[in-house]
Amino acid sequence: MKPTAFEYHAPTTVNEALALLAEHAPNDGRILAGGQSLVPTMAFRLARPTHLIDINQIVELEKLSVEDGALCIGATVRHAKFHTPACEGVLGDLLTEVVNNVAHYPIRQRGTFCGSLAHSDPASEWCMVAATLDATMIVQSASGERAIPADEFFDTVMTTTLNDDELLREVRIPLLSNDSVYGFQEFSRRAGDFAISMTLVTYRLEAGKIVDPHLGVGGAEDRPRRIAEAEAALAGQIPSDNVFRAAANAAAAAIDPMEDHATNAQYRRELTATLVRRALENTVS
Amino acid sequence: MATATNRMLGHLGDSVERLEDPPLVTGKGRFVGDINFPDQLHMRIVRSAHAHGTIKSIDTSAAEAFPGVIAVWTNADIDDVPPIDFREGSDPTLALFRQYPLARELVRYVGDPVAAVFAEDPYTAEDAAELVILNIDPLPILINADETPQDFMGKATTEAAVVEQGYGDIETTFANAHKIVEIDVKVSRHTGVPMECRGAIGRYDEARDVLEMYGAAKVPHRNRDTLCRMLNRPASGMHLFEGHTGGGFGIRGELYPEDVLVCVAAIRLGRPVKWIEDRQEHLMAANHSRQQRHIIRAAVAEDGEIVGLDDELYLDQGGYIRTHGTRVANMTTGTLPGPYRFPVYRSVCHFRLTNKTPAATYRSPGRCESTFVRERLMDAVAVAMDMDPIAVRRRNLISLEEMPYGRALDVLGDSVEHDPGDYAGLLDQGLAQIGWEDLQKQLEERRANGEMVGSGISMFFEKSGLGPSDGAKIFIDNTGCIEVVTGGASIGQGFETAMAQIAAEDLGTDYRRIRVVHGQTNRIDYGVGAHASRATVLTGTAVSLTAQAVRAKALDMAAELMQTTAESLTITDGAVHSKNNPTGPSLTLGEIAEALLPTSKIRGDREPYLKGEEWFHIDHQTYPYGHHIAVVKVDPDTGGVEIEKYFIAYDIGRSINPMMIEGQLVGGLAQGVGGALFEEFTYTEAGDPQAVTFADYLMPTLQETPEPEILLTEDFPSIRTPLGIKGAGEAGITGAAGAIASAIDNAIGIPGAVTETPVSPQRLKKILREHGK
Amino acid sequence: MSKKKDITLNINGRDHNLSVDPRWTLADTIRDHCGQTGTHLGCEHGVCGACTVLVDDSPVRSCLMFGIQADGKKIRTVEGLANGSEYHPLQKAFMENHALQCGYCTPGFLMLATGVLEAQPDISDDELNDVLSSNLCRCTGYANIIKAVRAAREEMRKTS
Ligand SMILES: Cc1cc2nc3c(=O)[nH]c(=O)nc-3n(C[C@H](O)[C@H](O)[C@H](O)COP(=O)(O)OP(=O)(O)OC[C@H]3O[C@@H](n4cnc5c(N)ncnc54)[C@H](O)[C@@H]3O)c2cc1C
Ligand code: FES
Ligand code: FES
Repeated sequence: MKPTAFEYHAPTTVNEALALLAEHAPNDGRILAGGQSLVPTMAFRLARPTHLIDINQIVELEKLSVEDGALCIGATVRHAKFHTPACEGVLGDLLTEVVNNVAHYPIRQRGTFCGSLAHSDPASEWCMVAATLDATMIVQSASGERAIPADEFFDTVMTTTLNDDELLREVRIPLLSNDSVYGFQEFSRRAGDFAISMTLVTYRLEAGKIVDPHLGVGGAEDRPRRIAEAEAALAGQIPSDNVFRAAANAAAAAIDPMEDHATNAQYRRELTATLVRRALENTVS
Repeated sequence: MATATNRMLGHLGDSVERLEDPPLVTGKGRFVGDINFPDQLHMRIVRSAHAHGTIKSIDTSAAEAFPGVIAVWTNADIDDVPPIDFREGSDPTLALFRQYPLARELVRYVGDPVAAVFAEDPYTAEDAAELVILNIDPLPILINADETPQDFMGKATTEAAVVEQGYGDIETTFANAHKIVEIDVKVSRHTGVPMECRGAIGRYDEARDVLEMYGAAKVPHRNRDTLCRMLNRPASGMHLFEGHTGGGFGIRGELYPEDVLVCVAAIRLGRPVKWIEDRQEHLMAANHSRQQRHIIRAAVAEDGEIVGLDDELYLDQGGYIRTHGTRVANMTTGTLPGPYRFPVYRSVCHFRLTNKTPAATYRSPGRCESTFVRERLMDAVAVAMDMDPIAVRRRNLISLEEMPYGRALDVLGDSVEHDPGDYAGLLDQGLAQIGWEDLQKQLEERRANGEMVGSGISMFFEKSGLGPSDGAKIFIDNTGCIEVVTGGASIGQGFETAMAQIAAEDLGTDYRRIRVVHGQTNRIDYGVGAHASRATVLTGTAVSLTAQAVRAKALDMAAELMQTTAESLTITDGAVHSKNNPTGPSLTLGEIAEALLPTSKIRGDREPYLKGEEWFHIDHQTYPYGHHIAVVKVDPDTGGVEIEKYFIAYDIGRSINPMMIEGQLVGGLAQGVGGALFEEFTYTEAGDPQAVTFADYLMPTLQETPEPEILLTEDFPSIRTPLGIKGAGEAGITGAAGAIASAIDNAIGIPGAVTETPVSPQRLKKILREHGK
Repeated sequence: MSKKKDITLNINGRDHNLSVDPRWTLADTIRDHCGQTGTHLGCEHGVCGACTVLVDDSPVRSCLMFGIQADGKKIRTVEGLANGSEYHPLQKAFMENHALQCGYCTPGFLMLATGVLEAQPDISDDELNDVLSSNLCRCTGYANIIKAVRAAREEMRKTS
């Protein structure tokens, strides 16, 4: 389980990194961020990059700040940064709750938020957060910059619409208003494992009724996404057990669950219904 | 026996700190990966990616040409090396099914070694190994041992053996039974998975014609003997060395293909050869274990007495038969009756090869499987007879009055004879300690409130101290340093500490002053190693007998020097003095050793040196016993199981170091929980293993592992050993799956629901769904 | 093989000047090229935690970093834990509480616990369980590891 040989580059500026990426991406040159997904994949020799462009020394990528109503998370911001709220308000609290489910403490010391999104494991909590909260990905290559909305970013299992020569420079998550509530649930076989299914829900109440519901599911399908059917079941309703169950059932019915050697579709679907219901219950408890 | 006045630290029964720990907490351990020799080569094994096929060709040319590669071998390069033999000697009926160090005509599982690459460093070796091209003609793949056996090389079928044990007239008993209760249950494929992967270093000293292997474990002496047979070497020219060992659990230390390869390569390539297994290899190459399906029925009398037990089982042996032969089949069929009487009994084991990783023993082999099966059956009988599960068990337990209780069953060549124990008495103590009656009320109340909670019990007996013999040597030099040399092995169980405590008892010294040698075949001729909970029982008794002999010799010499009688003397803190006058004149053990040097004038006609060597012989194994109780809570929505409470009762006979015994029980339980709820090697129809990473082979973390409450009794010291010791290595795991399964049934209110381990959330959800819950 | 690069690894205060292949993991670099074999490998894919070391005082998996990435960083391994002949409180607590059997996982647990107790001396029992659940032990069943780390937490609070 030793990685194949590669050339190592450690640029100190984004431009330098982009130039290296432009040069080496055609030969499977890749970004090395926290390495917490890439290095295991290399150990199994499933990934065999010929060049690694280590971005850990690029100071400008450490950015973690609120700009224009969004939390901006630079490419080298580690999971551990969210152990305490990264911003004031509901979003900061939400991320602090979620981060405890991302892998384990030592892995969170190195793994990055943006790396999770670029890697795009269907069961990544951050990917689900980004999808649910309509994050925007700011991606950059030597030839320019573009912004990709979350619903166009995640493609399928470990595949995004990021081009090989593009760096995911930062992710912007819109802040949540102070009257937003949220609920998060996931289920995995053991502590710290990738979840079999997970869900995140946020909404606000206006005159006692649910408005602006965002309900995302991760881990169950090949990519995380908002589930419109479940959101429709919530919008305009007064929170109640029945409403929550209806939304949970709508989510379960709407998804197309993955199957693998350990988990079949039926189990994932039932589990998703349970998790959605519980996440919704969390919003009122 | 130690008296209150001469009690130094570390006598029998003291929970002292371990001698093993200081190097291990400071990073000074010497595990096989930590050992390096100048000029060493690194070996990488090329493994079959096909589950079954005929080898058409293996192209090694690209690998051989790779810079840094010294040699690439296939079976053709070592066709004089025979297949790996059985530990207990050759067995013509099974010989056909043995594994060659490198596959010869066939590959029989994914992971089967087909070539070996020798290179300057491990990275290069792995690069080159990828270049070896294996050309296979596929053969039909057999995944399930309960399907029709297939042809094996035109010479046999994959049903390699049928192992049958029993006594009494099954047909009549079942024909006349009041009721017959039958179940069909499965134990999944899982195994020990120590945290350190395997490793071996071969080194040949041409000047002395000595072949050395580092990284030995468990049974270094037995493996030396097998290697000598296979490589045609004398024992004096073949040494195995055990270093620190990162867990054994039965699977590490068997003689594997890679061990043979590093030895052969060291001679033929003329350089030391190091092999360190990686985790992916480990999960497909090191022994698997446990996989069995039992169809078992009980003939029950009106009062709940089980008058007959009839079992048919399919044991999934995997691709080849390794060093154990049919041991697991023997132990399963020999121990299935457990602590119960069962006057008539038969168990027929279909010992079958499949196209999966070869299987062998894992901690509590045979007992873990059979205990799960038997205790599932006891629960089923309780339901069928409308009896309380505890009552059914009580009705059938062997009573103290019947002990020693022999039966016409064989366990590893030893006829089963239960040594005295009060199975029902320990059950009473256990139920009282856990407050069984109250517990049942609480659980009932909670169930009435909609919670899925329940309790379950599993009773078992263990076997330990497999004979026939073991010896030990003790040497005290003229500085007073005490060395105990054993043929035991240390796989993390605290062997050194236990042996030091035993020796300290008679040598009247602090256990910390004793050095214990184990696992070095050049230091002692014979050794049983560490398996079948043998070390403490057999080796410990040999050490005790040797320490007594050395003590007698020391006192005898001292008596002459002090002009008194040996009977009036004793040893405290390494010095001999008068029993009546502890502060009076004394002689240190070093001074006595000085007087016993070959050149000493005062030695008289005593044998030189303060040393001794004694042997211990045992006719029957000892059978410690106990039970497990689990309380679980099931989440009906996710199918998740939480173990709320766990209890283990165990009669150890006599404990050397209770802290270490409890450590064995708690650690064993963690593995038991793994087998019951998490761990499983699954395969696709094409024979591809699906659990070859730690993300797929799920071992419990501390969040999933309950801390058990333990009742450790010393009510019945073994009558087979002078110290009364019984083994403790396996009791934490044996009852776990049975107790947890029983508790899950109880929690979900579906008797007999659990028929298969591990009880994954998905499996449990399916059960609940099928029962409309 | 790719081009080697010169780096300096500072392990337990001592500089090791090396020429490394970029693909050598930090674990292999420490073990095979700096002679510090106290750091163990149990999986090489990030799950078991046996390889945990402190890099600039954070506990990380040394199998998931390349040696070259640690150039100029401060690395602490189990070999540096004791102060001369004086055991670190965690080492002492592990021995007193029988928190190891084979000892293979021990260096990883010790470094993980050191990192987290230094950063959060007042960490709660629950949080501690969560942190410690990142590492696997196959021998002890964890109960004594929990006891040992809690005992060391009290001890370290007293002395700090
Ligand atoms: C034992 C274990 C358990 C884990 N459990 C979880 C879990 O429960 N939930 C979870 O979400 N994750 C889990 N992870 C993964 C972990 O969170 C990773 O940190 C994360 O997936 C990837 O981030 P990274 O910074 O380490 O990326 P890397 O491993 O460095 O890179 C991953 C991939 O993304 C690319 N990449 C990285 N950053 C960028 C960028 N800025 N722009 C373009 N491409 C980029 C790389 O080229 C590579 O292909 C686990 C990991 C381990 C080892
Ligand atoms: S060896 Fe690094 S986590 Fe297992
Ligand atoms: S003590 Fe052996 S793995 Fe932890």
